[in-house]
Amino acid sequence: METQAPRSRRLTIAAEDGRVSGPEDVPSDAPLALRGLTVSYSEKPAVFSVDATFPANSMSTIIGPNGAGKSTLLKAALGVIPRLSGEVFVFGSPIENARNRIAYVPQRASVDWDFPATVMDVVQMGLYRKVGLLGRLSGQLTTRAQDCLDRVGMADFSHRQIGQLSGGQQQRVFLARALAQDADLYLLDEPFAGVDAATERAIIDVLKLLKSGGKAVVAVHHDLSTVREYFDHVFMINVRRIAEGTVNTCLTTKNLQATYGGRLAAAHLAQLAVVEGAG
Amino acid sequence: MTPFVEALFLQAGYNATLVAIGAALLGFAAGSSGTFLFLRKRALVSDAVAHATLPGVGLAFIVMVSLGGDGRSLVGLLAGSAVTAWVGLLVIEWITRRTRLAEDAAIGAVLGVFFGVGIVLLTVIQTMSAGRQAGLESFLLGSTAGMLFQDGVVIAVGGSFAVFATWLMRRPMTLVAFDSDYAAATGYDVRRIDLLMMGLVMGVTVIGLKLVGLILIVAMLIIPAVTARFWTERSSRVIWIAGGVGGMAGYLGAALSASAPALPTGPIIVLVAAAIFVVSLLFAPVRGVLAAILRHRRFQVQVHRRQGLLALAAKHPIREAYTLRLLVREGLVRPDGVSTAAGRAQAAKVARDERRWDAAREIHQDAGLTGRYDGLTPIEEVFTSDEIAEFDRLLGPPVAVGEA
Repeated sequence: METQAPRSRRLTIAAEDGRVSGPEDVPSDAPLALRGLTVSYSEKPAVFSVDATFPANSMSTIIGPNGAGKSTLLKAALGVIPRLSGEVFVFGSPIENARNRIAYVPQRASVDWDFPATVMDVVQMGLYRKVGLLGRLSGQLTTRAQDCLDRVGMADFSHRQIGQLSGGQQQRVFLARALAQDADLYLLDEPFAGVDAATERAIIDVLKLLKSGGKAVVAVHHDLSTVREYFDHVFMINVRRIAEGTVNTCLTTKNLQATYGGRLAAAHLAQLAVVEGAG
Repeated sequence: MTPFVEALFLQAGYNATLVAIGAALLGFAAGSSGTFLFLRKRALVSDAVAHATLPGVGLAFIVMVSLGGDGRSLVGLLAGSAVTAWVGLLVIEWITRRTRLAEDAAIGAVLGVFFGVGIVLLTVIQTMSAGRQAGLESFLLGSTAGMLFQDGVVIAVGGSFAVFATWLMRRPMTLVAFDSDYAAATGYDVRRIDLLMMGLVMGVTVIGLKLVGLILIVAMLIIPAVTARFWTERSSRVIWIAGGVGGMAGYLGAALSASAPALPTGPIIVLVAAAIFVVSLLFAPVRGVLAAILRHRRFQVQVHRRQGLLALAAKHPIREAYTLRLLVREGLVRPDGVSTAAGRAQAAKVARDERRWDAAREIHQDAGLTGRYDGLTPIEEVFTSDEIAEFDRLLGPPVAVGEA
């Protein structure tokens, strides 16, 4: 559900050159900045007063235990679910003014894959905003969509019905749809959940290419063992913000314990700590 | 059959012709605009909306009579029905968003309450002395007896608008129906697109009230889309196929009901649509029941054939009666279970292909290709002949099967 974002109570000042400058504590170049984001399904907050800044030119991840509000944070930032309070800035401007710079990859399981569509149809959905209601999806745009499929290794699948895809292939199609948007900020909700090893490899390769092309990537992630390998920046959440920073400074035993509490087995923690010592 | 043929070729009189054309237009509009409702899995909302038209009909009648008219202006009655249908729709939306009740409960509540209010109003109207109240109850099940040219114009204009709007908004509605989270994140106003989708359906419901009636209109919105889904894998085509199915059902149904005096039009149209649905369910090429059975059979034969040939190659007895029957029928085995020359050759090929696959897994780097092993796909479809030759070099010369 699209919901009305709460009006900013802070004053935004229109500068002479027409640019709108946000509050001072928002770094102007940050691809994604959250201020005081709170989401509540009933009286109990799922995400409480979260501030976060995801830096440019980096691969960021949001980690935390089940039910900690990882996906909720992402969805509320995007306005997919209503936020109770808080502000969201994308590259320094309120998110409403920067929609065309964002590409979102929702959880694969959130849609019905028996929907009547081919792989190409789904990828072209990433172009709908660009072509509008009446624009034709042909020529150059078809080539662009095909190119995006090629980047995720699905070039031969464009005419396949989406119901015939494996889980990993479904995830790749969703990624290709986001690529078709040609955005500057990519937000992914559990892109590696339930996919095969080859797909995980393919997806991380695409994301790393995006990063080296100057794009920002933020992914909700659930596998602690690959955080160090895949990401530069980590945001740890358990309803509230626990810690945020580079992987090397942040992924400490203390922070992990604070985030996961008793849910992280001592053995697992020790293993991560060893990695920490090595890094 | 003669009256039916006459009606089919629009030779059964002015009224029958008007009804047939009107029903075809209504069917096309309902089928195409109902498509996204079905794809969004909100088919039953349209049933509640249809039932919520009834109090509007009653209220419009009362208002028109109290203003001094006779209360029979079709446009006035339809406008009234649109108002309460829209209110009903908003109530469902409000309950779903603002309370803990799920949409099914909201649909049930709105459908029952609005329809109840409508029946009460109709009963009250029966006791009124002013106005010409007779005929209001025909909005329940529809009636073609007194269909006027202006009724046909209402359907043609309203229907064209609904089809045009469906075509125009197909991209946002496809996106919302498939992946509403993504649509919202991309900046589409999902709530407004949903309301538009329902608004189109409501419009078709209102213009179809006179012909089909509010109880059965939901069938004309949903059955064509469900039917069309059997024939295509693309939503852009579902819209037009559903329109075609709806139009055909409307036309044939109207012709059928015109061919005999006692056949009610609305229900006959719905039954014709249902018949097209059943035919599609059974005989559609990929998604149909028959196609699925045939596919399963073919697969079963492949599996049994392979098992049987592997057993021959390993000189094991074939125990399964079905497998044996299959191989006997193909002339690979004699009825007493002894393999024929052709059977031995085939068995050798199957056994060799198994070993080729083993070799492929050992030396081939492309996991995507070796991953295609399912025991059934011929190896020639996966690897080129020089690759297979490479496997054969690894395996040594072929071994004949079944020789002492």
